[in-house]
Amino acid sequence: MGSGHSAHLHIEGDTLLHRLPAHVKLVGLLVFVLATVSVPNEARVLLAATLGLAVVLLLSTRVPARHVLPRLAVETPFAVFAIVLPFVAVGPQVDLGPVSVSEPGLVAALALLLKGTTGVVSAVAFAVTTEPRDLVRALQHLRVPDPLVTIASFMVRYVEVVADQLRRMRVARESRGFTSRSVRAWPALASSTGALFIRSYERGERVHLAMLSRAYRGRMPVTAPLAATTAQWTMALVPAALAAAGSVAVRVA
Amino acid sequence: MSTPVLDLRRVAYAYPGGHQALFGIDLHVHPGERVALLGPNGAGKTTLVLHLNGILTPGHGSVHVSGLPVTEDNLLEVRRRVGIVFQDPDDQLFMPTVRDDVAFGPANLGLRGPELDHRVQEALAAVDVGDLADRAPHHLSFGQRRRVAIATVLAMRPEILVLDEPSSNLDPASRRELADILRSLDVTILMVTHDLPYAVELCERSVVLSEGAIVADGATREVLADDALMTRHRLEMPVGFSL
Repeated sequence: MGSGHSAHLHIEGDTLLHRLPAHVKLVGLLVFVLATVSVPNEARVLLAATLGLAVVLLLSTRVPARHVLPRLAVETPFAVFAIVLPFVAVGPQVDLGPVSVSEPGLVAALALLLKGTTGVVSAVAFAVTTEPRDLVRALQHLRVPDPLVTIASFMVRYVEVVADQLRRMRVARESRGFTSRSVRAWPALASSTGALFIRSYERGERVHLAMLSRAYRGRMPVTAPLAATTAQWTMALVPAALAAAGSVAVRVA
Repeated sequence: MSTPVLDLRRVAYAYPGGHQALFGIDLHVHPGERVALLGPNGAGKTTLVLHLNGILTPGHGSVHVSGLPVTEDNLLEVRRRVGIVFQDPDDQLFMPTVRDDVAFGPANLGLRGPELDHRVQEALAAVDVGDLADRAPHHLSFGQRRRVAIATVLAMRPEILVLDEPSSNLDPASRRELADILRSLDVTILMVTHDLPYAVELCERSVVLSEGAIVADGATREVLADDALMTRHRLEMPVGFSL
C-alpha cells in the first residue's frame, strides 16, 4: 500500500532562521512569547510592535503565503473567544458604532488577539524553518526528560503510519457499503477507533521489541549533538530582548 | 569443526499462559551458512527467533551465540552478534530519518562521531541505498524500507542475520533485488520464510519446524523433495514450480 505524502510544516530554505540551530531558536521563541505575554494589556502600541516583529520574522523565512496562512488557522478558537469577550464581559460600557460593549472586555480582547497572533506567527516561523528531526534533537539537548522526547520522536515518525491505517480502514468500511451519515453509524466508527487503538498498541510492542533487539537500554542515544556559537544565541534572543525591554519600559513609564 | 554461530540445546519454552510453544529444539548453525527455517503458521518460528537474542529465555535448555551463553549479563553482546530483521519494516524503522535509524544500534553500543558515520554509510552501501540516508522512512517505497531495515541491523556488524519473512509484500523485481543483496552479504543467515522458492534460491540448508519441534534438517532441495514430509507439515511449492 502506498504511503501518502502529507503536508509538512517544515519548508526547505536557506534564510537566517533556517540556519540557526534548533535549540537556540526554540529558546528564543519561548522567551519572546513569554516577554510578549508580560506586556501590560493597555500597551497596545507595544503589542502591535511585537506582532509586527513576529510578522517580519515570518516574512524573513521567505516561505510562500499559501503555505503559511492555513497554519495560522490554529488561532481561530482564541479569535472567536476574543470577539465574544467585549459582549459578555462586565464593567463600564462604551459605544462601538450601533452597539454598546464592555470597555475592559474590549481592552482584553484586543490584547488577547495581538498577543495570541504574535505567538502563533512566531511559532509558525519556527515550525517552517525547523525539521521535525531537529526539533526532537533540540528537546533532547535542552534536557527535556527522555520519555517525553521519545514520545515526541515516535509521534513524528508514526503519525502518518497511523493515518494511513485509518484511511485503509475507512476504505474497507465504505467498500462494504458503509456510510456515516447518521447516529446509527456511530457503533461502527467506535469499533474502528477501538481497533485502531489496539493495532497501535500492538505496534508499540513490536517497535519496543525491535528496539531491544538493537541493544536499546532505556535511553535514546545522542548521535549528533547540537552546538551553537555565542553570536547565534545573541541573534536568537534579539526579539525576546526587544519585547522584554518594551515591557519593562511601559511598566516604568 | 568451528564453533557454531548458533548453538541451541534442548530448548523448550512455554508462554506464561501455559501454551507450550517449543519442545526441546536442537539446532546448530555454522559460520557462513545460509539456513532457511520453514514451517506452517503457529509452528513456533517467531518464538524460536526471539530466543536467539535473549528477548525470551528458554524454560529449559540453553542458547549459545558463538560460544557465548545467552544470559542476562551477556545480553548487549548477544544482541550485537545476532541481528534480527522483523517482518514489518515500519516496526523496525522508528527514528525520524534513515540515518538516525541505522545509527541507533551502533550508537547503543557506544559508537560516536566519524566511526558511527562510517558504520552507517557502510551498512547503507551494503544494501545499495546509500543515497537515502537523509530521507524519512515513511517516504520510502516498501522495498526500500525493507532494505533499510536490513541495514539497521548490518550496522551492528552482526555474526548472524536473522530475517523474518524477508520476501513478504515485495513486488517480483524487489524480491529478486533483495535476493541479490542477501547473496552478496558476507554474513551467516537464518531466514524464516513461507516462500519456498526463495529458500531454494538462497539457502543450501533448510530446517522444518512444526508444532514446536524440528522435524527435518538437511539440504533444502532434499527436504523440499520429500512429498510426504511436506504434506504432513502443510508446506507446498507454488503451482508450476519444480525443483
